Formats: sequence, structure tokens, C-alpha cells
Amino acid sequence: MLAVTIAALVAVVVGSTLLGAADLGVGRIIAEVWAQVTGGVSPLSETEAAILWQIRLPRVLLAGLVGAALAGSGAAFQGVFRNPLADPYLLGAAAGAGLGATIVVVAFPDAGAWAVNPIPIAAFLGALGGVALTWALGSSAGGGGTAILLLAGVAVASFLAAIQAFVQQLNTDTIKQVYTWMLGGLSTSGWREVLLTLPYIALAVVVLCLAARLLDVLSVGDEEASSLGLRPARVRMIVLLAASLATAAAVSVSGLIGFVGIVVPHVVRMLAGVSYRIVLPLSLLGGATFLVIADYVARTAFAPAEVPLGVITAFTGAPFFVLVLRRSREKLR
Amino acid sequence: MTAVHLSEVSAGYRGRTVVSGVTLDVPTGAWLAIIGPNGAGKSTLLKAIAGLVPQATDVRVDDRPTRTLDPRERARLIGYAPQNPVMPDGLSVTDYVLLGRTPHLGLLAREGPRDLAIVHSVLDRLDLAELADRPLRTLSGGERQRTVLARVLAQQAGVLLLDEPTTGLDIGHAQSLLELVDRLRAEDGTTVISTLHDLTFAAQYCDRLVLLNAGTVVASGKPAEVLTPELLTEHYGATVEVLPTREGNLVVAPTRARPEH
Repeated sequence: MLAVTIAALVAVVVGSTLLGAADLGVGRIIAEVWAQVTGGVSPLSETEAAILWQIRLPRVLLAGLVGAALAGSGAAFQGVFRNPLADPYLLGAAAGAGLGATIVVVAFPDAGAWAVNPIPIAAFLGALGGVALTWALGSSAGGGGTAILLLAGVAVASFLAAIQAFVQQLNTDTIKQVYTWMLGGLSTSGWREVLLTLPYIALAVVVLCLAARLLDVLSVGDEEASSLGLRPARVRMIVLLAASLATAAAVSVSGLIGFVGIVVPHVVRMLAGVSYRIVLPLSLLGGATFLVIADYVARTAFAPAEVPLGVITAFTGAPFFVLVLRRSREKLR
Repeated sequence: MTAVHLSEVSAGYRGRTVVSGVTLDVPTGAWLAIIGPNGAGKSTLLKAIAGLVPQATDVRVDDRPTRTLDPRERARLIGYAPQNPVMPDGLSVTDYVLLGRTPHLGLLAREGPRDLAIVHSVLDRLDLAELADRPLRTLSGGERQRTVLARVLAQQAGVLLLDEPTTGLDIGHAQSLLELVDRLRAEDGTTVISTLHDLTFAAQYCDRLVLLNAGTVVASGKPAEVLTPELLTEHYGATVEVLPTREGNLVVAPTRARPEH
């Protein structure tokens, strides 16, 4: 199962690098790569090489990173909260990122043209701020229990969303820019975004994979987990911190891409079982594969126009999800 | 050697004391039943021994105060099966029982072949080998209770704390579960402390009983000393007779005056 998923991810990454809106020719790209390796002559023009190396490849890799981060965090959140509907945006990461991005867009309408785009940084800080606020509220109200934390997340998310809507309403001329960011997409990504998110997402991947077994232990409830020698509150904190870092990093470069965090882990569960030792690694890989495909569709379906990535994920993911749901129910019968 | 010693143990939740001043000794390999009416604090006392209630005070296992142990160390000494265990739906029996190995693993380590071998031998002992790959949701009541017991046994702790292990089982399944616990206790020398609702079972399987009412010990000793009609009437408000069976065991039977109509 793991090998199949890894093979699928590699195939999808290679495939979507070879194909794109600008038709570079599969054979010519392979020749270009060969030329880069051997120092030979490339068939690509300078512009074509730039499209391949500076635009397409980083975008494909970023799609993979974001997909892995969202699906892995989603699986982790569902484990920590023992709730199938938990998603990585639950603790205020999305609302916080939205507020951060909106404030920057409103304050500096020309920010998109800056040498370093401040929107991802503001969104990243906003996402972490939202989660921190939820955590502070949750632990001051009730000692780290999951139900309180969940409710605090709901409160913080709607509070921050209200501020965001208010700020946006006062500056209606920037609505389009904010809206575009919120719908999610990777159209402005390059190597800088890859390097910006890679450390956080890599750290989260390592922590989540190491903690997968502990999530299985948590699934029997706090009391029994304690009787097995665990400190549930501490495990929760470490897992949520790692997942939130990855989510914040993903949101900062891609906007709000829904669906991946909930659907990918559930598809994995239906196909491969519920132990987090399987669910976590497969969700990371599956999320990456899914988002690389979705982003390929986003940039090619109506080329040269872009479809918002969040629209694609829901549009392609929902029917697929229903299909898997039906199949697994038939299997149970 | 896993004797359990409690001296003046008090326990409760959020400042509300549920159990107080409990002193008792359970020698290695003994089976103690905690009995008492609803709300007497039986489960709380069991959780206090397991170290799961914050206010629990002086509990010693093998003369080591459990309060000073870190959670993993404690979990290697004491196994605990709650009354209503949470059993994640899709998890397989093997994966669930493997959770019992947690206190023996490094914090971030995975189970090795040795852990798997221990789990398989536990499944064999409890007649669960055929169910090893079944998801938990497909198990019957009796199979679920045995699976929980298997998880606790995989912990390889010297002390087993069982909270109402026969909950939801019919009389036959309850009997075979208790027989199983008794056999394991004899084979491994495990010390067992359980709460039991059914006083007849308590009389037949346990060497010692502790009768709890309103959070304090009101009687303790051998079954015949605790299960007297007088004590049961006083603390349960029940009218019962305690009868000997042909094998010399005790049966606690509710009695009723014949209705006049």
C-alpha cells in the first residue's frame, strides 16, 4: 500500500511537470533534463527553460507540500479530537490567516508587486496567532480537554472572521484581491514559497509520523491512555503544534484550500484501515498526490485562465469521496 | 511480588472527595473485590489505585509509592480495564491489544517482533487467536470484554485493576470471564483488584472483599465475614439471604415476603 502510494505520487509529480499550459513537448523536456545532467545542449529556448525550472517545477513541488501538509494535519486533528469532522482549520488557523492577509492587502494595496510578497508572511503569522489564541482560551477555560479546545476554536474562528469581514467591508476596493487569495491557488508560487514552507512542513511530517502510534493510544480516550503510561495533554500539544505549523505554512502560500484535510484521511481510512500508523503516512502521500493532480487541472483546464484550486479540490474530490463511501459501505454489508 | 498497600487513601474530582480514609492490604496473587451500593465510590477507588484520579494519596505497589512513579513506570506495574472501555471502531483486535505494549516502548518507538509475539501469546491464552484480524466493531459483548482483558494482559503488569469486568455479559459469559481471570491469576501470580456488582460472583471468586459505602470502608474481610444479611441490609437497603451451595460456596439471594393478593 505504501509502495503503491509512493509510486503514484512520483508518477503524478513527473507527469504534471512534463505537461502544462505551455506545451514544451515531453521529449524535449526529457532532453533538457538529460542536458542538465550531462552538460549537453538543451532543445529548449531560454524562456521555455525558465517556464520549466522557475515556474512549473516549483509549483508542482509546492502543490505536493501543501497537499501533504493539509491532509496530514487533517488526519492528526481528527486523531487528537477523536472527531471525524475535525479539519486543520478548526483551531482558527484559516480565520487567522484570512485576517492577516486581508490586513496586508488593505494596508498595502500594491504589496503584490513588492520584492518580497508580504501576504504569505502575514497569513502565516495570522494562522499561528489564531491557533495560539484558541489554545490560550481553551487552556484558561478548562485544563486542556478536547471539547473545550474545540469550542474555543469555534469562538476564535468566528471572532477573527468577523474582524476580517469588517476590515474588508471598510475597504471594498480590495475585495477582489482578498477573495482571490481566499479561494486558494498556487498561481504566484516559485522557489521562494517552496523554501519558505519546506522547513515547517518537513518538521511536521517527521513529528506526525513519529507520533502516529501515540494517536492510536489516544484513540482509547484520555483515561485509558493515561493508564497505559501516556500524558494525553502533552501528546495533544505536540501533535497540534506540529500540525498547526504545517497548516499555517500551507495556508500562507496557497490560501484556503478546503476539502483535502477532511477527505483524504477518510479515503485512506476506508481503503487501508484506521490505525494512525497507516493513516498518517498514507494521508501525507495521498494529500500530496491529490493536490498535484488538482493543481494540474487548475492550471490547464481553462488555460490560460486559472481555476481557483479550492474549487477544483471540492469539485473533483466530492464525487470521488461519494464513490469511495458507497463502495466501502457495500463492502461492510 | 506485587502486593498492593493503601493507607488512608482519599480521592475525588475537582475538590469533591468521593473516597476517604481507605486503608487496605492486598497480598501478591490475591483477588480483592470492592463491593458496595451504587455511588459508593467503588470505581473512584479503583481509579485512585491506578493513579488516574489527581487527589489519590498514599498507594504503594511493592512498597513503591505510585505517586512518585512516572506514568510509564506506573503502567508497567498496574494494568487497568475501565467499566466502559473506548474501543475505536475500525481498529483490529491485534492492533488494539498492541496498545497494551505502550508502557514498554520508548515514547516514539514502534512495536517490535517481541511485542507482537507477546500479543499473539496473549490472544492464544484468551482464545482470541481466530479474531486477531477482526475489526473491534464486529465483536460480541463477551469477545469485547476478553479483548480488553487481552490488552491489559499485554501490559504484563503484576497488578490487574478490573472495573466491573462482567458488565453486559450474561451469566454464562460472566462466569467464563471470571474463570479466565482466576486461571491467569493462578498461573502468573497476578494480584487482582476488581469492583463487582454481583455479590454471588464476588463471594465465589475473591479471597477478600471490601464493602464501601459513601466513600468509606464499612466492612472488610473474607466473603463470609462481609456478606452477612445484616451488613447487606444496612448498606444496600436490601433484604437477602446468604445461602451455602453444595460445594460450600456462598450465594446471595434476594428474598421477598409472599405478596398477599
